[in-house]
Amino acid sequence: MSLAKPAMRGLLGKRLRFHLPIAFALSLVAAAAFKYGVTEPRKQAYADFYKQYDATKEFNNMREAGIFQSVRPTGE
Amino acid sequence: MLHLTKGRVGCLLSRRVVLALTNRGARMSSHDHHEVSDKVDMSQPMYWDRLDTPLPDRPWKDVLDSTDKSLKQKEKGPWTALSKEEKIALYRLKFNHTYPEMKRPSHEWKTVIGGMFIVFGITGLVVLWQCHYVYPPQPHTFGEEWQAKQVQRMLDMQINPIEGFSAQWDYKNKQWK
Repeated sequence: MSLAKPAMRGLLGKRLRFHLPIAFALSLVAAAAFKYGVTEPRKQAYADFYKQYDATKEFNNMREAGIFQSVRPTGE
Repeated sequence: MLHLTKGRVGCLLSRRVVLALTNRGARMSSHDHHEVSDKVDMSQPMYWDRLDTPLPDRPWKDVLDSTDKSLKQKEKGPWTALSKEEKIALYRLKFNHTYPEMKRPSHEWKTVIGGMFIVFGITGLVVLWQCHYVYPPQPHTFGEEWQAKQVQRMLDMQINPIEGFSAQWDYKNKQWK
């Protein structure tokens, strides 16, 4: 009943050598996924919206709907 | 002198179960000698079957009869002279349960889940009573008409027109996308 002597030293180093590269890689993947999944589409959505945006027209729509207090709809 | 009834020693770890199942809480009295038996002296080292304490303060069997004593004498010599049965007997002198025996599954979870659901039920009844008798009438802003007018106003103001609320509304066809 003689077993091999178990590893007594370097346990943390061994664990770090295994887990740290994985941790770094996964963090980078998470950041890239968020950037290309969320922020880039959002920036594109904002750009597309404002390309075709006519502020005066929208203002007049809102005015006619009666939401402003400073300018009432035309005809009041 | 510290005394503890044997019943309570075993139940220290599942006190809730005991209190849930008996009325002892109401009848705990030091003068009730008919119920109390097998007092444990808490000022002496105790034996515990615990997963996180592999070597308790004292061995399981304190009072050894003559066969046990002779076995203990034999233990003082070389252990290669002990047979397998003797080694197991020595283990059983020192410990009550093995680790697998300590970890044996029990039916306690049913009591726990049952008690949980009972408490949920009671809480539900309390909440029901409260909804009927305690809460004041709802503000007028919760009504259907008001909510509809509120949604229309939000759309008129173009709340979050790019990725949010008004972005889901089709302004041309006057309907949700």
